Amino acid sequence: MSLTLDIEGPAAPPRLNGELVFDEPWEGRSFAMVAALVEGGHFSWDEFRDHLIAAIARWEADPSGDYRYYERWQEALESIVEELDIVAEPEVDELAAAYAARPPGHDHRHDDHHHDHDHR
Amino acid sequence: MADTDTADRLPPAVRAEALESLLTERGLVKSEVLDGFINRFVNDVGPMNGAKVVAKAWTDPDYHQHLLADGTGAIKELGFAGPQGEHIVVVENSDDVHNVVVCTLCSCYPWPVLGLPPEWYKDPAYRSRMVREPRTLLSEMGLDLDDDVEVRVWDSSAENRYLVLPQRPEGTDDLSEEELAALVTRDAMVGVARVGVS
Repeated sequence: MSLTLDIEGPAAPPRLNGELVFDEPWEGRSFAMVAALVEGGHFSWDEFRDHLIAAIARWEADPSGDYRYYERWQEALESIVEELDIVAEPEVDELAAAYAARPPGHDHRHDDHHHDHDHR
Repeated sequence: MADTDTADRLPPAVRAEALESLLTERGLVKSEVLDGFINRFVNDVGPMNGAKVVAKAWTDPDYHQHLLADGTGAIKELGFAGPQGEHIVVVENSDDVHNVVVCTLCSCYPWPVLGLPPEWYKDPAYRSRMVREPRTLLSEMGLDLDDDVEVRVWDSSAENRYLVLPQRPEGTDDLSEEELAALVTRDAMVGVARVGVS
């Protein structure tokens, strides 16, 4: 299934009020990982919410750069899977570093997604 | 954890990709399942669901009553349910009372009826200012309220997600439920706008 938003026009459902649901493709992946893990019974939405509140509070205690909700969401996801011994933080660090070191243009499987909206 | 050195953190896009690979390897998530969730929240779940609920409440007195008494149940009756929709409380605007919704701690939001929250709802400034100075913030967002209108700010929580039932605009007596639904905006159902006739 493609992530491309192929529903155009003024009444495209969630953009009814003119805003995309996810600004960048990874935000959707991060959102969906939580939804899938909740559905799989690995943790509840409320447990995730506690981690999200904590991640947001950490940022607000020491703001750096622009506030990006889904960055906090991703951080909360990493912290809950670490706490539950599902995936340890260093594993994510290591693999993310390997991905970040790929040459540009390599395996950008999500880059076919277009986002032609006004970001506010 | 993230409280080590945030400056050294890799971009969230690669972190998310790495985590998805690790979870997939462990058989905990599947790419197609993630695609399905994304597709659902991008295409099927959004403020048009809430707009249908509002329009029905405007046109059907029994439903109106049911909605205010049991938001979750009445919303489910129209087929809208799912995560973050378990405890929806509907608060009704009137000439005397204006309701507005915020989530001060994170960004709780009634997904089945409004979809995922917009940027401004998640913004730290909205979350703190709507509690402290709702009139000023509403006015900055384009909604001026008379001084004699009471503003009620509802802070969403794990227990309750709020949906505002806006006032039906004047001069819409001849409109069908479907036409009315088309007038209802997400912002009106969060309480930062009125429903107008376009």
